[in-house]
Amino acid sequence: MPLLTMAWQLTKLMTMNDKIFKAILFVAALVIPLICGGVIYSLTIDASDAFNRFGFFEFLTSSDWDYTIDNERYGALPFIAGTLLTTLLALLFCIPFSLPVSLFIGEYFKGRKIAELLGVVIDLLAGIPSIIYGLWGFYTLRPLIVALDISPQGSGILTAALVLAIMIVPYAASLSAEFIKMVPNEIKESAYSLGATRAEVIRDIVFPVAGSGIFSSYILAIGRALGETMTVTMLIGNTNQLPQSLTATGNTMASIIANQFGEADGLRFSALIAIGLLLFLITAIINVIGKFLIKRARIM
Amino acid sequence: MLLNGIKKKSRLLSDRMCFIWVCIFSALTAVPLLAILGEVFVRGCTQFSWDFITDPTPTALKAMMAMRAGEAIPGGIANGIVGSLIMLGMAAVVAVPVGILCGVYLAENGKTRFAVIVSYLSDLLQGTPSVIIGMITYVWVVVPMRGYSAIAGSVALFIMMLPLIIRSTEETMKILPSSLKEAGLALGGNNARVMLKVQLPAAFGGIFTGVLLAVSRVVGETAPLIFTALGCSMVRWDIDKPIAAVPLLIWEFFNDPNLQELIWGASLFLLMFVLCLNITAKYLAKKWK
Amino acid sequence: METEKPIIEFKDVCVSYTRNTMAVKNVSAAVERNSITAIMGPSGCGKSTLLRAVNLMHSLYPNIKVDGEILLNGQNILAMEPIEVRRRVGMVFQRPTPFPTMSIYENVLAGFSLNGIRLPRSEKEEIVEQALRSVALWDEVKDVLNKKGTFLSGGQQQRLCIARALALKPDVLLLDEPTSALDPIATNHIEELLLQLKNDVTMLIVTHNMGQAMRISQRSMFMYLGELVEYGDTAQMFAAAKDERTKAYLTGKMG
Repeated sequence: MPLLTMAWQLTKLMTMNDKIFKAILFVAALVIPLICGGVIYSLTIDASDAFNRFGFFEFLTSSDWDYTIDNERYGALPFIAGTLLTTLLALLFCIPFSLPVSLFIGEYFKGRKIAELLGVVIDLLAGIPSIIYGLWGFYTLRPLIVALDISPQGSGILTAALVLAIMIVPYAASLSAEFIKMVPNEIKESAYSLGATRAEVIRDIVFPVAGSGIFSSYILAIGRALGETMTVTMLIGNTNQLPQSLTATGNTMASIIANQFGEADGLRFSALIAIGLLLFLITAIINVIGKFLIKRARIM
Repeated sequence: MLLNGIKKKSRLLSDRMCFIWVCIFSALTAVPLLAILGEVFVRGCTQFSWDFITDPTPTALKAMMAMRAGEAIPGGIANGIVGSLIMLGMAAVVAVPVGILCGVYLAENGKTRFAVIVSYLSDLLQGTPSVIIGMITYVWVVVPMRGYSAIAGSVALFIMMLPLIIRSTEETMKILPSSLKEAGLALGGNNARVMLKVQLPAAFGGIFTGVLLAVSRVVGETAPLIFTALGCSMVRWDIDKPIAAVPLLIWEFFNDPNLQELIWGASLFLLMFVLCLNITAKYLAKKWK
Repeated sequence: METEKPIIEFKDVCVSYTRNTMAVKNVSAAVERNSITAIMGPSGCGKSTLLRAVNLMHSLYPNIKVDGEILLNGQNILAMEPIEVRRRVGMVFQRPTPFPTMSIYENVLAGFSLNGIRLPRSEKEEIVEQALRSVALWDEVKDVLNKKGTFLSGGQQQRLCIARALALKPDVLLLDEPTSALDPIATNHIEELLLQLKNDVTMLIVTHNMGQAMRISQRSMFMYLGELVEYGDTAQMFAAAKDERTKAYLTGKMG
């Protein structure tokens, strides 16, 4: 009899233990929503000063950035423009490299040693800290751009976008390669059996079939480029006007924050937080869309 | 038939061109890697010495005097190494258990609505620009504490590491064979025991790799530390005071013309550290699989 | 004149995957025009490998090597460009492989679009109707031509794949266990279809199913461990196989 009660008590304890265990897991899982909610809450609270003062749409469309006392006026347009320009330009420079890399790894040399080697190169590129990309851009690429007479000071949107492109190649390429690899061999063989060349199979079968996956890889690459901070801050020239050309200097949303947040207070602090909030929302939307598309593409 | 022949030739030609394009441009992507590694190694090696690791950063004045006298700038990055290790350590101590538990939760309850939302939010946090993490940590920690501190820096690094650890834990747990769990349950263990004694140990390799990768990902982060840890020119162990970090030092050297010579040594150190962690993690991942 | 020559002739064909393992050893045989030839044998005997060599599929995999000669109407195809050979030799695979991003209509015309051939609309429609009619699929899909090919049932998909191969008017059609992924009714359907197609195109079919070989083929090859053990009239082979190994296989004593 005492044995039975003991066993019963032990079971009870264990189920209790299980419940406690589950509760602990749940609490740990709560941390993430708390942080995300907290980020949105805090940024919104602190950004409200700037939005109230200038109006939400005026803040977005104004290109003033003046922090002389008594004449403070802030607008996000130059930085939004700078962010979009650098990102799109980076994407443009990235594609002619990332696409071949993904074909090299996922199609032409699929599963071979040399593809593995290129995979390591891509991994290492992805692992280099952004501040070191910035240094390389500043000390190697910038003088080159001056020497080529592309722009007099060397830094600017174009320079930042070039380095940014190198930084996002690994992301776009390795993820696209994964989807290119997934195109069933049988389907490719059927296309070959109809007399297609490899290039034609890639164009008419591989790209359409892996299309949504490849597309979402580039969406995620854009998400990375939008928020890249140190590299851009070191290379874009840091001027607060609307960029007049692709070789002009400018600032992105991330770089203006990196440059001025440390010394900002009052209204400028709020305006920078507001830019941060915008950047957060933009990257969040891009990332969620990208992840959603990837999940869907993986199922298919 | 003749037309067909021409057509065939042009098709074969464009097939060839496509292959050549793929090969050449793939090879070209190795160029920036070699260029960056080469530049950092060549310029960094001249400064690298034992003293460079064990001495703190010189003041601008000292550096200026040394430069005037035509000597090499004295000092190194000991303060940054200590600061980076302190902050990484503190961040990891919290992020690893929380991240593993959260990852386990997601692996166990993957299909529920709450888990799906948490999973999306975790991805969202992972994709959030690091400068925003710095900003929010400033608001959350630096403002209430009335000052920059190692604590603030490690909170920022914690927020960055967390989603990475969650993801790797979740993925590792998901590929564990379900027979493992069933065998444990069949022996009469409850969920908690089976998880702690069977599943987590089995997943250790994958999770450990994930932690290493997470550390290698955040160790080079500069932007979130600028407004949280700020930097400091001494070797310091207090966690409530501003503290240095290797990437912060690089940023300082970049902005201070007197210290510019030290950039490459510090970059070499950071790059070696990150790449070693990275390669170790990838090697372990392969071995574990 | 040409009709008297065999349409396909294997001369000492060897296929090796790596240096040491031969998947097909010294196969020599001639295939009759406008007939169905079945290739049988236990799994791993090299029958698929031999079939795929006729379509130069091995050229996609650099580690596979083919020696000997395969003559198509007297020309050695091993010395020809794969894209040229493959237009004259169609192939149908084990599992139906309609191109998932293309509609039924586009799938039938895939052979043309992949080869960069532009056709006027009227000709396209004619080809599609004719090809789909030849596989008895036209009536079933004529109203849903713009739907994706993957919406069809397995048997319909396989017939679509046959139509796709026939649209290019090949001399030879290779079928690699075309019914192994299908249910018995769909299998029946395909078999009937193949018998009807016999007059227009020469077929080589790899099959696991001895009943199928007996029902549809005029001539049969039996392969074992990469060798062509026996080749002859199907009815004769089933009635009285010459080789002991063939006998064992056909009576179910082997694989």
